[in-house]
Amino acid sequence: MRFVRRHILTVAAFIVLVYLFIPVAVVGVLSFNDPPSKYNTKWYGFSLDAWTNMCGIPGVCESFIESIKIGLISTFVATVLGTMVAFALVRYRFRGRKTTNLLIFLPMATPEVVMGSSLLALFLNMTFPLGTTTVIIAHIMFTISFVVVAVKARLQGLDPSLEEASRDLYADSRSTFQHVTFPLVAPGIAGAALLGFALSFDDFIISFFNAGTLVTFPIYVWGAAQRGIPVQVNALATLVFLVALAIVLIAQFVAWRRRKALQADMASRDADLKALSMDALSRS
Amino acid sequence: MPALIPTSTSEAPPQVAARKPRTGYLLLAPGMGWLAVFFAIPFVTLFITSLQVPTGASGVYAPGFDIANYGEALSQYGHLYIRSFIYAGLATLFALIIAYPLAYFIAFRGGQWKGLLLVLVIAPTFASFLLRTYAWRTILADEGPVTGFFNALGVLPEGRILSTSIAVVAGLTYNFLPFMILPLFASLDKLDPRLIEASNDLYASPVTTFRKVVWPLSLPGVVAGTLLTFIPASGDYINAQLLGSITTRMIGSAIQVNFIQFRDYPIASALSVMLMFIILIVVSIYIRRSGTEDLV
Repeated sequence: MRFVRRHILTVAAFIVLVYLFIPVAVVGVLSFNDPPSKYNTKWYGFSLDAWTNMCGIPGVCESFIESIKIGLISTFVATVLGTMVAFALVRYRFRGRKTTNLLIFLPMATPEVVMGSSLLALFLNMTFPLGTTTVIIAHIMFTISFVVVAVKARLQGLDPSLEEASRDLYADSRSTFQHVTFPLVAPGIAGAALLGFALSFDDFIISFFNAGTLVTFPIYVWGAAQRGIPVQVNALATLVFLVALAIVLIAQFVAWRRRKALQADMASRDADLKALSMDALSRS
Repeated sequence: MPALIPTSTSEAPPQVAARKPRTGYLLLAPGMGWLAVFFAIPFVTLFITSLQVPTGASGVYAPGFDIANYGEALSQYGHLYIRSFIYAGLATLFALIIAYPLAYFIAFRGGQWKGLLLVLVIAPTFASFLLRTYAWRTILADEGPVTGFFNALGVLPEGRILSTSIAVVAGLTYNFLPFMILPLFASLDKLDPRLIEASNDLYASPVTTFRKVVWPLSLPGVVAGTLLTFIPASGDYINAQLLGSITTRMIGSAIQVNFIQFRDYPIASALSVMLMFIILIVVSIYIRRSGTEDLV
């Protein structure tokens, strides 16, 4: 009975994982499609056209580059601001901690359509022209919270004795930060930045509200969805998926190898210590 | 992706108490200032806009206090709220049922593959949200195998899936699934497996063990996951528009159309204010009733 149950769980988990990837596979497969019209929803024949000529459709690559630009700028600003907030939350005492936490939590718990429309209401009332600037402002706004939470988790997981050791060795707070704290938190910050970029790059609703006539990649896809999505869009999206997947898999692999190396190191140190004590014992 | 996992662990006290508080405020100021100006204040602007009155010119409104905007918005679009919350509720329920086995598997049988499995859970979100949603048009196409299978069972009232409520709920369920899996995993991962062993040793059946041990201890994850699914799903209109038809429109569509196409800012703002207001009420009741107020 227990054996059966265990395997039912494994099968169920496997099916759910496959289910998560089915639409991704469809997007990928259709990037090799050769549809006679713009309606790229069913299979017609194999073609590499979209991959060899990604910018073949006017507007696709422009919107793609626009999204990358917006993603880079907003990720950079949000990562800096979010990391500062995370440090303040974990390392400093201040008044208004509850309000601060609430203000960080709320953007993650507000529907995009509400955030997008309220920001648009602000820009309209200020008669601020819509475009790249307003989209970047919006992206920074909804990315900060995710950065704060990610960096905060990393900071809280730090072993405080490492920084204490640094101070005991007469490092001032600046060099402790530079040589101990920051390198230890850096992977968390990098992860947060990656997440921020992914959120920004793929955002549609908030961007659409605040874009005016600006066309980002998701806005291009939205417009194209009404009249048929060109194959090039599938190729670009598949490319993005593969690059992002490669980055996180490499990061996973590096972390895993470092952990292994650390374990091996500890084991060999243990062995050394044992040999030493045996040696000492035999001499005495 | 720890960012998506609001855990129930309480705030750790600052490790270094002696530091100058002024530096703390300086670190907070830019980020919190940004959120105050571009997240908090816009809510006020949204509310003010929702009370403005038309001037006659298209897209130009004068300051006012026209509560009638709310009545008009409700009478025109009230049914969309009900539909949105039903769709979002159903999607949340299905997502919970689908996510639980996977989260449980990763937490208790993941072993050294945990990290990799979690990467696989979020990996689909690296492919464009819009394109993945659009891909369901291919999967659920009228002449496709999925629709054929369910038609053979004779369970489809309209004989098709695409352009019906079923497709919209299916799309919502799929799109927000990672946001259900991650918090569920986070709370299941903290659960001591010895508790399950103990329950088995005490002759509890697997069902009883799940009901009395695993489920109650995973509640913080259930609450976080259902919120992270329900809230974005109720505001989403991409699934309704790409997979549904005119009869499956959700409230987000009305907000977008009124803001961007009709330029009827007061009505659009009133719709948006009410959506946020209803969500806040639903969420606070839900959090209070589930007894997990320590989500933030």
